[in-house]
Amino acid sequence: MSLKRAYRAALLAGAMAIGLVAAAEAKPFRFSVSGDANTLDPHSQNAGQVTLILRQIYEPLILRGKKLEMIPGLATSWQSVEPNRWRFQLRRGVKFHDGSDFNADDVVFSIKRALLPTSNYSIYVDTVADAVRVDDHTVDIVTRIPDPILPDKLSSVFMMDKEWSEKNNALRPQNTREREEMFTVRNTNGTGPYRLTSRESDVRTELARVDSWWGWENKGLNDGNVTQITFRPVGSDATRVAALLSGEVDFVLDPPLQDVARLKQSLRVLEGPEVRTIFFAMDMHRDELLYSDVKGKNPLKDIRVRKALYHAIDSNAIHTRVMRGQSIPTGTFFPPQVNGYIKSEDVRLAYDVERAKKLLAEAGYPNGFEITLDCPNNRYINDEQICQAVVAMWTRIGVRAKLNAMPLATFFPKIQKDDSSLYLLGWGVPTYDALYSFQSLLQSRDGQPGNGIWNYGRYSYAEMDRLINIMKTELDSAKRTAAINAALKIYREDVPHIPLHHQMIPWAMRQTVNTVHMANNQLEVKWVKVD
Amino acid sequence: MASRSALGRLLDSDVFHSFRGNPVVVVSAAITAIFVLAAVFAPFVTPYNPYDLAGLDLNDAFTPPAWTAEGSARFLLGTDDQGRDVLSTIVFGARVSLLVGFCAVLFAMTVGITLGLVSGYVGGAVESVIMRVADVQLTFPAILIALLIDGLARTALPRDLHSEIALYVVIFAIGIANWPQFARTVRGSTLVEKNKEYVQAARVIGLHPGLIMMRHVLPNVLGPVLVIATLSLGFAILAEATLSFLGVGVPPTRPSLGTLIRVGNDFLFSGEWWMTIFPGAALIILVLAVNLLGDWLRDALNPKLR
Repeated sequence: MSLKRAYRAALLAGAMAIGLVAAAEAKPFRFSVSGDANTLDPHSQNAGQVTLILRQIYEPLILRGKKLEMIPGLATSWQSVEPNRWRFQLRRGVKFHDGSDFNADDVVFSIKRALLPTSNYSIYVDTVADAVRVDDHTVDIVTRIPDPILPDKLSSVFMMDKEWSEKNNALRPQNTREREEMFTVRNTNGTGPYRLTSRESDVRTELARVDSWWGWENKGLNDGNVTQITFRPVGSDATRVAALLSGEVDFVLDPPLQDVARLKQSLRVLEGPEVRTIFFAMDMHRDELLYSDVKGKNPLKDIRVRKALYHAIDSNAIHTRVMRGQSIPTGTFFPPQVNGYIKSEDVRLAYDVERAKKLLAEAGYPNGFEITLDCPNNRYINDEQICQAVVAMWTRIGVRAKLNAMPLATFFPKIQKDDSSLYLLGWGVPTYDALYSFQSLLQSRDGQPGNGIWNYGRYSYAEMDRLINIMKTELDSAKRTAAINAALKIYREDVPHIPLHHQMIPWAMRQTVNTVHMANNQLEVKWVKVD
Repeated sequence: MASRSALGRLLDSDVFHSFRGNPVVVVSAAITAIFVLAAVFAPFVTPYNPYDLAGLDLNDAFTPPAWTAEGSARFLLGTDDQGRDVLSTIVFGARVSLLVGFCAVLFAMTVGITLGLVSGYVGGAVESVIMRVADVQLTFPAILIALLIDGLARTALPRDLHSEIALYVVIFAIGIANWPQFARTVRGSTLVEKNKEYVQAARVIGLHPGLIMMRHVLPNVLGPVLVIATLSLGFAILAEATLSFLGVGVPPTRPSLGTLIRVGNDFLFSGEWWMTIFPGAALIILVLAVNLLGDWLRDALNPKLR
């Protein structure tokens, strides 16, 4: 009898111990942001909400550490062997999630895929002429011109499996502009710490830990213990916060600014600046705007009109009211963390309604004009509210802007077809070098990889192009900095954009969640530790 | 003379006496009347025109109601995130809500009465088809039907048109969701009326069926329709608010009460409660008043309950 009882107790204790071990091992992590990735193809949409998911699954040759410094990833070392040739030693024994080996062929394939016309990542491989396999674990990348920052750029290019892509007919990136349907849009095969287990667009994405990931052993590469990731986009701000407060999710990447003060009382909030600048860009190419009542000419080609729109914006009111102090108003288009920034060019045109009205009158629009402002409503912090506020400010100088706010899944394909006269955009700098911003946003779109690929207003200015070309190849850092400064001066004086502010990015999480705040606003779950 | 006697008859009728004797109903009627009048004359009764962008100042945003410590006498119920006066937005919002409500009920009434009359008077296969369709639709919640139609219309119509026609789409969706009640009631009354002598007489002298339905049957079935219409108005206003709260109703550029509640809802956690509580309270009071009126009317017009 007593033996039986002891046996039972032992059995029970054993079962409990097993239960405890299992509970200690399973670490689910549920997080939420306002919008979902519109594709999972690694090279078709270079946007934060897409890379947020992709970077858990796919890996680049070079990773970024906690302070965004470059650390070896799929490449163990790299060096410039000739001015136009970089050599990468690849990591051995790395496997894709489907079990196939990672080797030089995959790197050559991925780099070339990122160069194709439907790629949105060509900015990172713009100087690349060729990628050459040296042996199974060595790859040479040949550039057309000397490229001092190629490794920085390659830290944003994800590596795919060549055989898998061939098998699934995904040799080129999906065309997001046409909202093309392809295997890579919903299926993945990376080398990263997590693999996709289920995907329901705009509802739920599930990822599971890959136990065989090469980096788990290396403490410099991970600090996490999450075994299961559930990603749930929640569009409504209030619902997303409620989900966090009620414990339905563990982490919110973009808590609404008005709630940060309250969230701090019971949750953990990490605050910090983001390397991202919000600005208005406009069509400066067409002779007649697509969405305006001005016929026969394009008012935005007139610098006085651009300055008038700029003078009309009360950036301080946006800072205090719309952004609740969580922004840094700016007169330029990248923040101080980026190489090339100088304070003297970061000066806003003053908020001056009378001056704005006068400039408009001089330009021949004393009664203003009508124009449509395209604006995303789930991409940047308080994007739609910013647009609403600015529309009201412009009304005061007579510019009747019609606000066309839409979700990012509609917004990006629209502007990427050059189908906008005036739009709000936010720009982050993953290379932490000014060239990235200048080349993508302001260089003439001449068909060269990377040139003007986000220049949807088709701004084109010969002196600007010349300075940008110097930034690309100049190896003397003093001369290169001088070129950046000169280009920033043009930016300030020629007003190709109307800059607004740099974003601050508070992250909110339950007390049990520990992670590193990254200035690129990209959560890496491998750093997340759940108590 | 005739109008005076009509008014005299009304003032002396049972219905009016029942109205006078019921303070709840008098208050409800007064509230409804105030809402309707304020909505109709919105631009003249509100302190500001909240949709005149030139009059907005972002620096006024998030002002709490006037009686609180940080409140401003300029904005009785405070301001929203763009600096709009909440009181003014409520009045303008009620305007949209009531407009959608009235139009949707009118639409449902027209469709319902026509189909009800036809099926009741003609009978046979026509009746079966119409009534079965109504039965099937009644098995679904009306709000679901409205959501379905609204969603279909949004997919079918070009995006650029959305904000301009959103109002009509909502009216149509709520109207369609509501017609079976009217059709069923009218059909029932028509079945009773069509066998009465005056209809038989009209038929015998060879009047066109359409004329008989319109001139003879319709006026005699309108009583119950009026009751349903009043009750439906409450539902229609709520349905519109629900659709707008879900973000598929009227666009934020011309917000209704539902849109205001949705926008204000984002600021509830951060303590700026006035942006959603006041529109919400306005909606509750309006719908409650309309429904109380409808209930009373149903009882007053039903001789059996007197």
